[in-house]
Amino acid sequence: MTAQPHADDPTVAVAATEPEPIPAARAGKDDGEVVLEITDLSVRFPSDEGPVNAVQGLSYQARLGRTLAIVGESGSGKSVSTMAVLGLHNPKRSMITGSILLDGEEVVGADEQTMRRLRSSTAAMIFQDPLSALHPFYKVGGQIAEAYLAHNNVSREVARKRAVEMLDLVGIPNPQRRAKQYPHEFSGGMRQRAMIALGLVNNPKLLIADEPTTALDVTVQAQILDLINNLQMEFGSAVILITHDLGVVAEVADDILVMYAGRAVERGLAKDVLAHPMHPYTYALLQSLPSTHEDQDQLLTIKGSPPSLVNLPPGCSFHPRCAVRDRVPGDLCVTQLPELRPIGTRQVRCHLADPERVLEEEMRA
Amino acid sequence: MLVYLGKRMLMALSVLLTVVVATFLLFFMGPSDPAQALCPDTKCNDAKLSEIRHALKLDRPVSDQLSEYLRGMVAGRQIEYGGTSLDCKAPCLGYSFRSRVEVKEAVLSKFPSTAMLALMTMVMFLVTGVTIGVYAARRRGTRLDRLVVGVSQVVGSIPSYILLLLFALYLTVLYPIFPRATGINDGAGPWLAGLIAPAVILGLIYSTSYVRFTRASMIDTLAQDYVRTARSKGISEQRVVYKHAFRAAMSPVVTILGLDMAGLLSGTLITERIFEVDGMGRLAITSLGLDDLPMIMGTVLVGCFLVVLMNLLVDIAYSFIDPRVRLS
Repeated sequence: MTAQPHADDPTVAVAATEPEPIPAARAGKDDGEVVLEITDLSVRFPSDEGPVNAVQGLSYQARLGRTLAIVGESGSGKSVSTMAVLGLHNPKRSMITGSILLDGEEVVGADEQTMRRLRSSTAAMIFQDPLSALHPFYKVGGQIAEAYLAHNNVSREVARKRAVEMLDLVGIPNPQRRAKQYPHEFSGGMRQRAMIALGLVNNPKLLIADEPTTALDVTVQAQILDLINNLQMEFGSAVILITHDLGVVAEVADDILVMYAGRAVERGLAKDVLAHPMHPYTYALLQSLPSTHEDQDQLLTIKGSPPSLVNLPPGCSFHPRCAVRDRVPGDLCVTQLPELRPIGTRQVRCHLADPERVLEEEMRA
Repeated sequence: MLVYLGKRMLMALSVLLTVVVATFLLFFMGPSDPAQALCPDTKCNDAKLSEIRHALKLDRPVSDQLSEYLRGMVAGRQIEYGGTSLDCKAPCLGYSFRSRVEVKEAVLSKFPSTAMLALMTMVMFLVTGVTIGVYAARRRGTRLDRLVVGVSQVVGSIPSYILLLLFALYLTVLYPIFPRATGINDGAGPWLAGLIAPAVILGLIYSTSYVRFTRASMIDTLAQDYVRTARSKGISEQRVVYKHAFRAAMSPVVTILGLDMAGLLSGTLITERIFEVDGMGRLAITSLGLDDLPMIMGTVLVGCFLVVLMNLLVDIAYSFIDPRVRLS
């Protein structure tokens, strides 16, 4: 019932039809408090072939009560940027610059004590594959209780009770008994529910869900998305949903950030961006979705493959795969990296002055 | 659990039976001739040889000897030996061809030294190997880690008898820092003290592979999703490493430990020889040299039994470490 909570939200609808000159994520008057403010974030990993530029110059925000979807292919830097929020990169094997303000506290360069305090209590993460993300040797209830104990000065008994409550909250039947079972005794969907219970046990302001439905059956996927949505409304937290599934975005996201090769290429309200993509990459992603309305013999694919993050192409990273590159005068795409420019309610990183018009044309062709 | 144990017992019995038959056949197919070995050098002639063969029943078909041996193991048997009849109770492993000692007695008297040496060695290599392995894994890629890996590889690739010989020569003979081995009958104190030297060096040799194994296993588990989940809970790094990563990293180490312990408990031939430890290894070597079939059978069977037992213990240990493992 809450698959699209924002569908009836008047502010979102207004913002969608009446563009404002400021970036979409900051638009709307009853937007919640900014929980996460990422500014000019870069993450690099040293490798034998040279530094891997996993994330470059990335900025975005997450607000209470809103769901931000981060979309992109594998290796586009979606997960890397959110892992940095919890300080989960090995400091010895990563170089992180820029600023990550989590509930007002700087995370980049923060000490272990600060990170420990913020993890789970302020921001929590749900991972893609709940089977590998839960420890196979410990009981589910104990794993949830452990996170609660880490931030609350309570007895083990109280923590255990809390774990059972959480399992109940995420819709696991017979939570008393389930808490005493091991992850391998759970079904895939139940495991992901348990993972969500673990994520929410300390009532964090920000919940990061890293492809939470990828490893699940299609029927279970919808249940899990519904659950995240319901819990978000109940807890009022901010949600970042990392996904490569645009269908999921359409269902649950308020805002969208499209990433390509470590950079943001398009950012705005999810409804706008999905209806009228302005960046050729976003457009191509949408084109590659199977359609239920039209007869399609073949799915459209984006030609080529994502570039190496060690050796990015010069200029716009997307130019080798771009379908509308010939519409840009000269060799601008090859020589110059486009800025992330505000266009209407959103930001787009493309040299085309009015990408929307061109892309609509392209669509007709 | 009981069904599982029953199944495993049956398997163990069939393994032991196979080993008995194989050892018996190998012994008689080979060039070994117990009679020749027992025959006095000066006045050995064909008559004497056949006399010995008859006394040891070696002149009877191999199948008869084998079936009698097996019967002895199950039900015990009477052994005619130089006119006297010896009562050998089940499980009868026979009497030594040479010394008229019951094999069971001989093995049991040698086992304590070997077992204690194995135990002390295990403590040594587990403590050093696992500690250093975990340490190196947590500092993967640093100079210290490379040093640890390098040293363990170099030490691990030197033939162990060279290290054992050098250690014995320098630290028990030239500079007698460690006391030399004595029999168990010379008092528990000196007996234990005498086992320190072989345990230390043997432990160090074994620890090189445990360092590398623990390190690799730890690196693997530290990169697991569930360790990342643990870290994202906001618990201490110590807890992340030891409660979440270490326990998972130890389950493959247990497998190797079981096999190594089976090897150590059935006697370390070279170490016992070099350090003059009166254990199973020395008994095995001596018996082989004398073509003492019952004694050889005895040491082989004990070794085989230990391998089977250790495998069973490893499987049971597994089911305690990893709840996904069901004994069936």
